[in-house]
Amino acid sequence: MSPVDTLIRRHRLRAVELLPWAIAVGAYFAFADYLSLGSQILIMILFALSLDLVLGYAGIVTLGHSAFFGVGAYAAGIYAVRVSGEPLSGLCVGAVAAAAVGWASGLVILRTHGLTLLMLTLAVTSLLAEAANKANFLTGGADGLQGMDIDPIFGVFRFDLFGRTAYLYCLVVLFLAWLFARRLVHSSFGRSLVGIRENTARMHAIGSPVRRRLLTIYTISAALAGIAGALLAQTTQFVGLTVLGFQRSGEIVIMLVFGGIGRLYGAFVGAGVYMIAQDQLAKLEPVFWYFWIGLLLVLLVMFARGGLLGLLDRLLRR
Amino acid sequence: MTPALETIGLHRRFGALIVANDIHFRLEAGARHALIGPNGAGKTTFINLITGRLAPSAGRILLAGTDITALSQATRVRRGLGRTFQINTLFRGLSVLENVALAIAEHDGHGGDMLRPLGARRAVLERSYALLDRLRIAGDALVPVQQLPYGKQRLVEIAIALGLQPTVLLLDEPAAGVPSAESAIILEVIEQLPHDIAVLIIEHDMELVFRFARRITVLVQGSVLVEGTPAEVAADPRVREVYLGEGRHG
Amino acid sequence: MEALISILFHGLAYAMILYIVSVGLSVTMGLMGFVNLAHGVFAMAGGYVTVTLMNSYAVPFALALLAAFVVVALISVILERTLYARLYGASELDQVLFTIGLIFMSVAIVRYLWGPLAQPVRLPAALSGMLDLGFRSFPMYRSFLIVVGFVLIALLWLGIERTTFGARLRAAVDNRRMAESVGIDTRRLFSLAFALGSGLAALGGGLGADILAIYPGYATEYLVYFLMVVAIGGLGSLRGPFVAALLLGFGDTACKYLVPELGAFFVFAAMIALLLWRPAGLLGRA
Repeated sequence: MSPVDTLIRRHRLRAVELLPWAIAVGAYFAFADYLSLGSQILIMILFALSLDLVLGYAGIVTLGHSAFFGVGAYAAGIYAVRVSGEPLSGLCVGAVAAAAVGWASGLVILRTHGLTLLMLTLAVTSLLAEAANKANFLTGGADGLQGMDIDPIFGVFRFDLFGRTAYLYCLVVLFLAWLFARRLVHSSFGRSLVGIRENTARMHAIGSPVRRRLLTIYTISAALAGIAGALLAQTTQFVGLTVLGFQRSGEIVIMLVFGGIGRLYGAFVGAGVYMIAQDQLAKLEPVFWYFWIGLLLVLLVMFARGGLLGLLDRLLRR
Repeated sequence: MTPALETIGLHRRFGALIVANDIHFRLEAGARHALIGPNGAGKTTFINLITGRLAPSAGRILLAGTDITALSQATRVRRGLGRTFQINTLFRGLSVLENVALAIAEHDGHGGDMLRPLGARRAVLERSYALLDRLRIAGDALVPVQQLPYGKQRLVEIAIALGLQPTVLLLDEPAAGVPSAESAIILEVIEQLPHDIAVLIIEHDMELVFRFARRITVLVQGSVLVEGTPAEVAADPRVREVYLGEGRHG
Repeated sequence: MEALISILFHGLAYAMILYIVSVGLSVTMGLMGFVNLAHGVFAMAGGYVTVTLMNSYAVPFALALLAAFVVVALISVILERTLYARLYGASELDQVLFTIGLIFMSVAIVRYLWGPLAQPVRLPAALSGMLDLGFRSFPMYRSFLIVVGFVLIALLWLGIERTTFGARLRAAVDNRRMAESVGIDTRRLFSLAFALGSGLAALGGGLGADILAIYPGYATEYLVYFLMVVAIGGLGSLRGPFVAALLLGFGDTACKYLVPELGAFFVFAAMIALLLWRPAGLLGRA
């Protein structure tokens, strides 16, 4: 097989890539009692996927991704409370709001790099958290945003108490997002992001409009994170201050890193394993959950860069 | 005839230090021009000014008669200005084929395409492979660039620049750091560059310079000392003085 | 006018604490280029040690502070030699992940040992109450903070300017390779600087328990402030963070006093704007 064929083959869909969907559909039937957890896992996967585009592919180290998640959540929540309970338009509202914040902040932040950039991403999410805290009349402040009534999807599929509709809703949205992300990652644009990550100077020297590319992916990623936030608002009918801020950003970075960055599926593995483990173990001793996560993170950096998928890679190569 | 590249009074200072002193320079279409000078003369700085990595304090740069002084690096590249770096500046984790494919995709204007079908990608990869073949490194197409010997990496550096189909090609010490066993192929590649490209090469290797160049510019401390044919430059006493005691590189 | 004096006074006290905590971070980042997000943990630890010694063991204030400084400095050296040192060449992401891991671990430990609530701060009797300056009374403790702050800063700046250690430190921050080539052991220098910076942070945490409450969220909630002071002040600089701390201290206090509905919002926005105007910081190097 010629080298060109080898590279082209990497872009084609492989059977193993359908595994997550098989699992997700199977879980719908096998774990009918856990569908609300299932929805949360799907939401976190989407959130982690959006972060992977920016962190794993474009190489932008950010601790502020919760800003877009939170904006999407609050926008969709406020929309549901004040305007309409229609869920699909609510998703759009969340996506657009988050994309706007992503574009505006990216416009200014992406001119910097290193610590300054990191600090600015953190400052933006902190600023939004403070705004959400103070804007009581709009966001419910520290008590959170409540009172959302979400209408049936397409007027037909009601959100039931068992979380079945919510689960399938999240699954479909995640699927569509994944299709898009996958296409993007395998496209010339996606390859150019990898180029920017590997050697920005070289990208400039081959005529690539680096800043425009980064701003584009930052905005797209923000929109996807916003959709995840909107899903959270709609499926739990509550938005609290924890959707913003350092803790939320840190956690999603951890989930992604555990799975493996820059591999598209690290988000699935990382978020899935993290959320399930958290659900099972954090009940036992919530304080220690964060201790072990911290320890695992330190160990990962020292010994297992590339996360779970990286380890899998190494095992398979033997 | 409009020169392929021209600088008019190109000047750059850092405080009291002048690194480019009012340089007037012309590169004709299809030229084979060498830029030489002692270390620290400002040769790479000159290249950086032309490509836009460094902004000038004064002066203008014209590409095929158009003023590009205010344009960004990337825009100048898209107008046909290509360069290689003195130290390999490659996408180290990517394969050789992908390195070149990035350049070709950008040149085609498709670098930003998100949703084009795979067929288009195949076309880019085929052309990249053909380019590698011409430079005789096609055998290493799928090898991650950081695993290649230094000489071959230098070739990839040139391949990327060629992938941009430049009208003006700036080569910054292409043979630098390459063990003599591997440098022959690099010299061949440079000699076989398409005739319509205007090439400016910075070099210390005098053998390469006299073999390749039809015109030579000597740069000393940011200023042009001499410019002329190889014979004129070799005979010039001022050049002898500058290089006295420096010896020849073998 | 009354309001202005209050703002200046409280802003200055706040700025002092911010600076004392953050200056160590600025120096170590300038020296080793290491993104240590866990710096706030040292301040938090200092706060906990100080407060616990005072509350549970009736240790006098000054002694408790000293103990905090020493204990945290020692712990930081151990961490530095065993863990941090392995990551000096690592990517920014790795350093960020590592320090976040440290934060998570310390927060869990602290929450386990001391619970989730803020530690009660019992100011020493001599420093409670009001200080009557004739035209106005000021809270005694805050006045003390301002005075102590200036003293510490003076000692620090003199120390850096006048001692050999300080000279070596300045040389290494300026150009590490050059410093090494003239025989300065930058690794040992860094360990010492790290210890000093962490100890200072601990001191700041203990002194500032009144302003920055000591609770498990300390290291994460105030992180952004410490980072802002360092980023705006400029890495590796001593004076830069001081100016930044003053801006942040006065700005935040003024906003919370005059427009409490906005809270910290305005100060974040202002700091973001400042960093965009001067990405390398006010007095740092790019």
